[in-house]
Amino acid sequence: MEKTEYNYAIVRSFVNWSILWGVVAVLVGVLISFQLVAPELNFAPFLTYGRLRPLHTNAGIFGWGIGSFFALFYYMVQRLCRTPLWSNGLAKFQLWFFNATIIAAAVTLLLGYSTSKEYHELEWPIDIMVVILWVVFAINIIMTIIKRKEEQMYISLWYMLATLVGVAVLYLVNAAEVPVSLFKSYSAYAGTNDANVQWWFGHNAVAMVLTTPPLAVFYYFLPKSTGVPIYSHRLSIIAFWSLIFMYLWTGAHHLLWTPVPDWIQTLAMAFSLMLIAPSWGSVFNGYLSMNGQWHQMRENYLVKFLILGITFYGLQTLQGPLQAVRSFSAFIHYSEWIPGHVHMGTMGWVSLVLFAAIYYLVPRIYDRKLYSIGLANLHFWLVLVGQLIYSVSMWIAGVQQASMWHSLNSDGSLAYTFMETLIELYPYWWIRGASGVIYLIGVVVFIYNLYMTVRKGETVPVAAAQAA
Amino acid sequence: MIWEKKPVLLLILATGAILVGTIITMVLPFAWVNTEADSIASVKPYTPLELAGRDVYIREGCNNCHTQTVRPLVAEVLRYGEYSKSGEFVYDRPHLWGSRRTGPDLARLGGKYPDEWHYQHMKNPAAFVPRSNMPAYSFLSDNAVDPEYTRKKMEVLRFPYTSDQIEALAGKSEMDAVVAYMQKLGSDIPWRETAASLIVGEMQNPFLDDSSVIQEGQNLYAQHCSACHGLDLTGGLAADISDLDMPDADLFELLHNGLPDDGMPSFASFGSTRIWKMVTFIKNYKKH
Repeated sequence: MEKTEYNYAIVRSFVNWSILWGVVAVLVGVLISFQLVAPELNFAPFLTYGRLRPLHTNAGIFGWGIGSFFALFYYMVQRLCRTPLWSNGLAKFQLWFFNATIIAAAVTLLLGYSTSKEYHELEWPIDIMVVILWVVFAINIIMTIIKRKEEQMYISLWYMLATLVGVAVLYLVNAAEVPVSLFKSYSAYAGTNDANVQWWFGHNAVAMVLTTPPLAVFYYFLPKSTGVPIYSHRLSIIAFWSLIFMYLWTGAHHLLWTPVPDWIQTLAMAFSLMLIAPSWGSVFNGYLSMNGQWHQMRENYLVKFLILGITFYGLQTLQGPLQAVRSFSAFIHYSEWIPGHVHMGTMGWVSLVLFAAIYYLVPRIYDRKLYSIGLANLHFWLVLVGQLIYSVSMWIAGVQQASMWHSLNSDGSLAYTFMETLIELYPYWWIRGASGVIYLIGVVVFIYNLYMTVRKGETVPVAAAQAA
Repeated sequence: MIWEKKPVLLLILATGAILVGTIITMVLPFAWVNTEADSIASVKPYTPLELAGRDVYIREGCNNCHTQTVRPLVAEVLRYGEYSKSGEFVYDRPHLWGSRRTGPDLARLGGKYPDEWHYQHMKNPAAFVPRSNMPAYSFLSDNAVDPEYTRKKMEVLRFPYTSDQIEALAGKSEMDAVVAYMQKLGSDIPWRETAASLIVGEMQNPFLDDSSVIQEGQNLYAQHCSACHGLDLTGGLAADISDLDMPDADLFELLHNGLPDDGMPSFASFGSTRIWKMVTFIKNYKKH
């Protein structure tokens, strides 16, 4: 068999950097969670909640999320196309430019240069950096696919290609703004239009950054980890096309009961409910691929991460549509329930799948056996417990908070003042802070395990690792 | 299938799939929104000072904890005021509707409190609202507004302004700007006047001879009134009410409707029982 020279160096670098940015995201997350209970932890002007929260989300979604997708896409695209990367030079440039962008983002956010748009806070010069980054990445992936040696494109490659166009369209449209100075611009859209464009972007950033890429990863690494193929190819096709078609209609479910025209809200609500089908298409495909393999949940730590990950995806895609129903949204929107929901997706679904993929990768890109499966299991339980405490405490807090907001006395007046509803949250916020610390300890165990693998792990012959 | 073997075809099909929902729910609404149909004549662009304040609000990320849309729901309208209309936001670039209410909604904040309340609250929120978790923004008083830069912003947004307004910015702090912005929020439509309810029927304090409610009235007072009128009712930001010579019914009406022009909030949402308890406490204060 001919030997292909895959570029693993770039995969290694992106893995390392994305983990670093992930740690930043979790650390800032823990800090801002405690700021809510202890406002004296706000150090004005640079380290206040208002400036740190965008840093937390950007470091998590773009540093940790996108950073590891760069690593995993570059790994998968070479293996699935049985061809080396189209351009190593471009990939190397992308690595440095990625880190430059994240650093520029972190610094400017702390300085207060923000557009205020959620998950798109970065000001226009950094927007341009992001666009360059994405174009370079897209060219490299697409060109590698075009010169592939395997005619059939595997499911993961479809999700990768959809991600490339999806993010490009979303980011460019939502970034339209008029600069005033180097670090200040005004949106090209006003008021209700701006809100509608923003949440078309915001919700589909969830689709194209936190759904299609981890699905690409899941469809590749589940069969790789279990050794058995995906249950149904036909189901994969249906789920893929209906997912990317339906997602784009749903942004306005973030704007139910606002001045956005009713018909847009109704469409968003309807499509959000329909979206359960393609989401669960992938969940079922994952579960049914485990037919006869469920014993691996006991024996194979990778499978544990992946199956729990897809389970949280399944729960997330039931809870999301529920929140998109007008009547439930009227009750629960703007409450603590929402961070509980979001973190089940990010800390549960996305991160669990990423942890699995990185555990699978590291022995192969470093030619070492994993240092400790015991530590990997400890990591699993810590992040699982941390995330569950986070989400469950926030759901309970959200229901209590929303109930108090909406409670009326028998004479039709409000039963609680705003402050009365706020002070009830303090115990939950302490619990949430603690859950973040547990999660952080899990991440530290993960990093220690990887570090020891690279430093002290038993070497494995390259050929054996490649074959696995 | 054919597209599984043709990456360019897959890219084109995927783009098409993405664009259908995009065009219908994101592009098409531009034909409805911010047109004649939803415009409100009384809504005015931001003045230079208000705009500078709005940009401080954006810089500090206030939208991470405060929303700016009141939904047409019973409890929400009671708590914050008239629900938000599309036409009220035509000058908002970007919109600041937010997504979380760690703090209260601010869409109808304008005119709710006097300026001085905001200055003191921004400097030290917890001293004003006990157990508040809002960070202190006292440093805004030390930062000056840049008149030339603000003029440039007004030009970019094509908002009308006079050179007097720009000159008046000299010497203004970011705190002045933020307070001006907060007083503008939601006040372009005359909703307070229409929200003030007519009190019908003869009003009689149900707790006239009931001293058992005084403690509860005092608690309500401490929480909602003492910041301005002082814990001992001798005033501060607002009037001395320790020896108020006013019939119970008049005091009830004052608490119920507030004084929109003088920064006295309406307590209508508290319900008549609690307002009567506050009335009873205030009227009995001198007696004990």
